[in-house]
Amino acid sequence: MNTRGLRSQLKDSVPVTGMGQQVGAYGVQDTLRSGFSSVKNELLPSHALELSEKNFQLNQDKMNFSNLRNIQGLHAPLKLQMEYRAARQIQRLPFLQSSHLALDTLKGNDESISFEDILNDPSQSEMVGEPHIMMEYKLGLM
Amino acid sequence: MALSNVVETPASGFNFENVCRNVALEGLLQGGQTKAPKPMKTGTTIAGVLCKNGVVLGADTRATSGEVVADKMCAKIHYISPNIYCCGAGTAADTEKTTDLLSSNLTIFSMNSGRNPRVVMAVNILQDMLFRYRGQIGASLILGGVDCTGNHLYKVGPYGSIDNVPYLAMGSGDLAALGILEDRFKANMEMEEAKELVRDAIHSGIMSDLGSGNNIDICVITKQGVDYIRPYQESEYKDKRQRRYKYRPGTTSILTEKIVPLELEVVQETVQRMDTA
Repeated sequence: MNTRGLRSQLKDSVPVTGMGQQVGAYGVQDTLRSGFSSVKNELLPSHALELSEKNFQLNQDKMNFSNLRNIQGLHAPLKLQMEYRAARQIQRLPFLQSSHLALDTLKGNDESISFEDILNDPSQSEMVGEPHIMMEYKLGLM
Repeated sequence: MALSNVVETPASGFNFENVCRNVALEGLLQGGQTKAPKPMKTGTTIAGVLCKNGVVLGADTRATSGEVVADKMCAKIHYISPNIYCCGAGTAADTEKTTDLLSSNLTIFSMNSGRNPRVVMAVNILQDMLFRYRGQIGASLILGGVDCTGNHLYKVGPYGSIDNVPYLAMGSGDLAALGILEDRFKANMEMEEAKELVRDAIHSGIMSDLGSGNNIDICVITKQGVDYIRPYQESEYKDKRQRRYKYRPGTTSILTEKIVPLELEVVQETVQRMDTA
């Protein structure tokens, strides 16, 4: 079935070669956390599940929206995505903790528990980002 | 302290930052003749049988960590919902966590809809979760339950495969248990006969497999309720270990006694009133 029109509206999944982001302080490779730098490390994922987990939500959404388009017509995914886009804007600045309540309710995440809710809770993250840099990254100025 | 290299909040869920480091460490350890500690597995015999009025699940109670028995009274039959129970084999932590997550999700569902969950729902949630992680979660589960559509017994493999048959065995002792089940299983058995069959199957797994042992737990699920018998049968080889190693007063005889009073004199006394209003 034809999903080409829909693909232009959905973000692309992170490709295999998009793994290299291990930049530590002062722009040098963070050897303690990611080991000695090699081209292979930056190009390929280190764990079998790393790529699949990074793209999981995106791929699920793509699949669900294309199914919905095939069953109900273009309006169904368009309306849903519009609602998601609106709900995604209800959040605080990037370095603060936002609850994403509206987005979670729309997506149905408030009625299920998975590893995303238990492991690596962002509210208990040990690394705090520099507010100005995070804002610049979010606005695309960096 | 704010770090300048963090440009967005880290994603929740599994974190793969330490994979390279762990692989490198394993390589170093093997060279130095030491091994990383092995996770606790439940190297197990679990079995389930459908009978006339319900489902009978059975499990042994040994958990091993490499060649050492880590837990002699491990509970391998996990609660999922009031009408569904699940036996787990494989890595102990994985089976515990997976069944916990499943139980939480089904509880939310029953609170939302006001009904007891169906066994197929539990199986589908498990299948989705285990397939998503491509078998890295080492949990082989036998789910049994009674719901509005009847009695069900399912087996879920670590990669997400399912099987729906009237009698099942899993774990390292499954071949021994399956031998007994294949020989004596009949459709629509009575409850007592089914319990004896499961007990015999687990017993043969305990006798023939090093990873299974100690006691046998049985869980009987019927429309009226659940009977979780733990232990159904205790092992004959009980160890006579003392739990308390404290000696009672008077064990050591007192030869001489000398008391020296410590004299203190009061140097300064201040009284501060406490306001208890």
